[in-house]
Amino acid sequence: MPPRLCALCHAVRAILKRPKTGQQICKECFFYVFETEIHNTVTEAKLFKPGDRVAIGASGGKDSTVLAHVMKTLNERYSYGLDLFLLSIDEGITGYRDDSLETVKRNQQQYDMPLKILSYDELYGWTMDAIVTQIGKKNNCTFCGVFRRQALDRGAAILNVDHIVTGHNADDIAETVLMNIMRGDIARLGRCTSICTQGEDTIKRSKPFKYAYEKEIVMYAYFKKLDYFSTECIYSPDAYRGHARAFLKDLEVSRPSAIIDIIHSGEAFEIKEDVKATQKSQQTCRRCGYMSSNELCKACTLLEGLERGMAHAVATDRGRKKLDADDHAPENLRTIPFFQLPASSRPNSTAPIEAAS
Amino acid sequence: MSTISLKIEFGGGLELLFANQRSHRIDIPALVPVSAPSAAGPLSTDEQESQKKPADVTYLLYWLRDNLLKEREELFMEHGTVRPGVLVLINDTDWELEGEGDYQLKNNDEIVFISTLHGG
Ligand SMILES: [Zn+2]
Ligand SMILES: [Zn+2]
Repeated sequence: MPPRLCALCHAVRAILKRPKTGQQICKECFFYVFETEIHNTVTEAKLFKPGDRVAIGASGGKDSTVLAHVMKTLNERYSYGLDLFLLSIDEGITGYRDDSLETVKRNQQQYDMPLKILSYDELYGWTMDAIVTQIGKKNNCTFCGVFRRQALDRGAAILNVDHIVTGHNADDIAETVLMNIMRGDIARLGRCTSICTQGEDTIKRSKPFKYAYEKEIVMYAYFKKLDYFSTECIYSPDAYRGHARAFLKDLEVSRPSAIIDIIHSGEAFEIKEDVKATQKSQQTCRRCGYMSSNELCKACTLLEGLERGMAHAVATDRGRKKLDADDHAPENLRTIPFFQLPASSRPNSTAPIEAAS
Repeated sequence: MSTISLKIEFGGGLELLFANQRSHRIDIPALVPVSAPSAAGPLSTDEQESQKKPADVTYLLYWLRDNLLKEREELFMEHGTVRPGVLVLINDTDWELEGEGDYQLKNNDEIVFISTLHGG
């Protein structure tokens, strides 16, 4: 078979078939189109303004490692004028997170970005290892998810950043769309596809890789020889998500556009006003100041459950409500430090970065 | 019997199924019976005798499964090919451009398998 030439430059042998388009392209053209598509996503959604301080949520895994590399590349190539930081959460999982944090520390050197690591231990007084020792492997993902979300916001506040970007890719988003459909969670269905989320008093979060296929992210990391860590979390038996992912990958084999098609379906679900009205308005947690839809935020409720040795009860919505209504926190209860938004996350008037016309 | 020598790499967490070793040097037969499992499916018994074909990537997948894989084969192979979500590169080229399982292996080829399913 004669070598196939790149469909873009027609000069060099193709090394990759793009899942989105079927196009066969060479290594240099692949780097260029991959980066340019992220640039287009960022500018079309007007994610950043010059001078923004942006934290990259860095786990040491493939997505956030490629994201750090691409954000640095684009920030230099297109003079975004962003101050970039790496923000990592140390859940305290021996043999998993301690190893992946070593990768993040190397990324800090390789990309020359300041790194902040915030641990569950310093924030909550509990590592995931300790939580699993108390509650077992069931439900521990509930704790980890709630704790990580709040830890990222708190880390961002410490770094005084305006914005957190995460490495969620098109496959992740399509998978979440499927899971929300299977759970009948219509309210979340539209929201989970939005590239940027910002409530009134939350730190802006966005997903520059929203349209980037996992295959291309992994190929990019491979051909750029990026240093990333790839071990499954030892505590994550999220079988439901695993099935959704396997189903999605099967669909992708028979029709690669399935991933983007599913994202578009999610986007097409508009939340009607009466559905929106049933969603609770935001307030702040009376104990720790973090945004919350109840008197106590989820993290404070879960932490109280752990401290009082009744963690299983609070891992369910009903248990949380009960604890929330029962307003007698014991004396000397360990609490989370009071949360304050960074000063800079107030809106300002600088124009967003858009594509050069 | 003549053999061909291959360099095999596992990445993205797939190495965990192969004794946590990323890089392997292996020798496989250059010619294999046509009855060896392939994407085209098995042949009838009278066709099989004495017929040989050059070893292809599909043959290699079964060879790796039977000789190198240590655990959880369902994370490596499914329906006679790699599990969806496992990327394959043949001499640093996406195997989708090289005929996938039908690619005929040559001496000193380098085959890379990367799982996309681990970590974020
Ligand atoms: Zn090219
Ligand atoms: Zn709270």
